[in-house]
Amino acid sequence: MDTLYELTDLSKRYARGKETITIFEELTMTIPQGDFIAIMGPSGSGKTTLLNMLGGIDRPSSGSVVCEGVRVDRLSEGKLAQWRSQHVGFIFQFYNLMPTLTAAQNVELPLLLTKLSGKQRKERVATALDIVGLADRKGHRPRQLSGGQQQRVAIARAIVADPKVLLCDEPTGDLDRVSADEILETLQLLNKELGKTIVMVTHDPSAAKYAQRELHLDKGRFIEQVQESV
Amino acid sequence: MNDLTLIRKNLFRKKLRAILLTLSILIAFLIFGVLGSFNRVLNAGVELAAADRLITMNNTGFTQSLPYAYWGRVQGVEGVRNASHMSWFGGYYQEPTQVVQAFAVDPETFLAAYPEFLIPDDQRQAFIDQRNCLLIGETLARQYDWSVGDRVPLLSNIWQKTDGTSSWDFEVCAIYAPSMEEMSTAAAYMQYDYYNEALSFNQDRVGMIVLNTVDPAVNDRVANEIDAMFENSPAQTDTSTEAAFSQAFINQIGNIGLILIYVVGAAFGIILLIVGTSLILAISERTKEIAVMKTLGFPAPRIFRMVLIESVMLSLVGGLAGIGLAALLLKGLATALAGTLPGLAVTGGIFGIALAMMIGFGIITGIAPALNAHRVRIVEALGKQ
Repeated sequence: MDTLYELTDLSKRYARGKETITIFEELTMTIPQGDFIAIMGPSGSGKTTLLNMLGGIDRPSSGSVVCEGVRVDRLSEGKLAQWRSQHVGFIFQFYNLMPTLTAAQNVELPLLLTKLSGKQRKERVATALDIVGLADRKGHRPRQLSGGQQQRVAIARAIVADPKVLLCDEPTGDLDRVSADEILETLQLLNKELGKTIVMVTHDPSAAKYAQRELHLDKGRFIEQVQESV
Repeated sequence: MNDLTLIRKNLFRKKLRAILLTLSILIAFLIFGVLGSFNRVLNAGVELAAADRLITMNNTGFTQSLPYAYWGRVQGVEGVRNASHMSWFGGYYQEPTQVVQAFAVDPETFLAAYPEFLIPDDQRQAFIDQRNCLLIGETLARQYDWSVGDRVPLLSNIWQKTDGTSSWDFEVCAIYAPSMEEMSTAAAYMQYDYYNEALSFNQDRVGMIVLNTVDPAVNDRVANEIDAMFENSPAQTDTSTEAAFSQAFINQIGNIGLILIYVVGAAFGIILLIVGTSLILAISERTKEIAVMKTLGFPAPRIFRMVLIESVMLSLVGGLAGIGLAALLLKGLATALAGTLPGLAVTGGIFGIALAMMIGFGIITGIAPALNAHRVRIVEALGKQ
């Protein structure tokens, strides 16, 4: 498989008062295209920070983040925003949908950054909602949907611009088991059928089982466990 | 969907807050529209004043008269092209409450001094030739349903005739139209001789002298010369341009311009604080949503622009409603006050200023929340959840 991400000697340190807190030091890893990784680890191990760096919403203290030959950590804020809109889809624990917009409008949001016509955007939105099985809920506002449905709208929003990578931060952390399994099955489908590279941060070992491989982040190092996916 | 859809939905996401903010802005622009229109109409005299027209009056005030002989002497001053005179009649029709703004004038020189009166030639000539002719404005004609040929008795609440009455009989022989929208057509003019010869007191005196100079450049010299001429006489004079005279007259009511600045300024200042603070709070409540939009790839300048447009849109909604309401209110008042304050309306000029103020107001109130939105850091904002 071709390499999508190359992380080299990645370090992240925070200054808290006079104290410097090191999240991870000289972390090196590669993520091939089409991979589905579950990153696990104790609280404060830097899982979400790592995810943020992959998504270009946080910068490393040192080291490099390269995605398809682009030094993501060196892009200006403007270029980074443009890069995110074209390459990355985000899925959050608490869905983070716009409460004033309908499901379809929420999904359409990333497409406002493209040059697609209104008709083309509508078609893309319909397809994305169809993939997550919510075509009949397009006119509903987030508060009219269950947690699982809201997360499926969030997945549709993440895939509508057809990014190569999906970054999921505890995507099932706020859901019951049944809804969580549905979401994880959808992610697995996106990985297997559409070839999306997925990096998922989770605390839940049963959620991690849906990934192709499981990485444990502990004390700034990865301990990899290759597994049979569900 | 586009950016405007997002802006609109955010603007009205909390309906009560949006309504209250819109109402606040509406009130500010309603006050501005109404006071601005009154100010414009009250100052119309200043704007309509001809550059070459001077007014000579008794320097103790315009309620004091001048000897009739002054008129002749003023005519002889070098640089005076035309001189006329006007005397306040203090008129009313039938009842003292039915006030008629009437003046006794020398017809020929008066019409030469005020070419803006539009009168048919035959009626103009009748006003000059006919001793009991009454020249009236269109508004006055409409008010009492008078037309040419009607016999109209006018009473004075100041002057008395030698026969003991205060009533002068007139025949409406001329009706004038305005050459400009702001020009009043609520007054009546009579021949001075017809009025003066019947007076039981204050005969051969005039209220003020109106004169035209050959060139506005000689105004100062002519004014100084006239006032110097009567410096040692019992009735000293004060000569000024018509614009200065009108301004001084308006200032007796009050400095409307200053009142406008203070009242509108205070209203805008308070509302600016209310709207500005509310918008800062509203944007602060949406910090997480802004962070999500930035995560999706919306650049910070675009989010800055969207918040600013939201603020300008709020200002436009409230402002246009306020100006619209002011226009409706003034439309109702314009009919009732047509005689005293002609042309009372929200004009294009006032609307233009109001529109510029709405946009300015929106930018001022929106700049701080827009900057806050621009500065939202994704990691921090999403970490708060």
